[in-house]
Amino acid sequence: MNFGIVRFPGSCDETDALLAARLVGDARILWHTDRDLGGIDAVIIPGGFSYGDYLRVGAIARFSPVMEEIETFAGHGGLVLGICNGFQVLCEAGLLPGALLPNTSLRFTCRQVELEVAESRSLWTRACDAGEVLSVPAKHTTGRFWASEPVLDELEEGGQVALRYAPGHNFNGSARDIAAVCNHAGNVMGLMPHPEHAVDLLTGSDDGLPIFQSAARVGA
Amino acid sequence: MRVRVLIRPKAGILDAQGQTVERALPALGFDGVRNVHVGRLVELDVEDPARVPQMCERLLANPLIEDYEIQSPHAGAPASP
Repeated sequence: MNFGIVRFPGSCDETDALLAARLVGDARILWHTDRDLGGIDAVIIPGGFSYGDYLRVGAIARFSPVMEEIETFAGHGGLVLGICNGFQVLCEAGLLPGALLPNTSLRFTCRQVELEVAESRSLWTRACDAGEVLSVPAKHTTGRFWASEPVLDELEEGGQVALRYAPGHNFNGSARDIAAVCNHAGNVMGLMPHPEHAVDLLTGSDDGLPIFQSAARVGA
Repeated sequence: MRVRVLIRPKAGILDAQGQTVERALPALGFDGVRNVHVGRLVELDVEDPARVPQMCERLLANPLIEDYEIQSPHAGAPASP
């Protein structure tokens, strides 16, 4: 299993994503100008502030050369995970539905959150059981998932809601407590919390590990 | 040609920034303020103003969550105060 971790100018969580991916496979960094994904099996778009969050979060990164390749890769069923800023980029690119708006508090918040695994099409939660609770950190200012009511209905009915904030944990005001959504095929998923920061008990939780194991299971 | 693009959150989407400003004004003694919305202003010189709507759709705004308004002398709207 070969992971490619994208690094944009302004990314900051790519090294943790790289280390997390290396617990289940091989992983290397992809630079934002790369036009060759080099035969990888899965892409992770990490957290950070790509292109300084200028204009709108994810708006500039979405047009970077590497994203063009990733759109093609995703279209062919390639595994793509967007974490935090990566989720924002995937929404801007139209690879995932909806958008991320400022937290209702307008504050940058860093805290541990509990996520409930939903029954979904997502290939990125295959190593988890529905109903299982994952404790992982979240840290962002712009993480309120929003989509129109009809789209939210479609996502729920179509099994595209992969993770929900557990009761009392939806600190950013996301619609219907949605923490992670996937595309219809299930190969592309985005979430605001950070599974890559929760892969070793040394940092309090290794509940993020099953997300990476899920990809390895699909790739195996 | 000088063009201004005003970008604001779509009606119906919770505008947390607008609400915060709306709550802050009475605290400073400015009563009677309602429907505050906070958006972005993009000013640009363009050779072909006819292409600005496309620029808005593709990059300057996210049409899913934002409305945009193009102001230019060409469109008959004031481009400068």
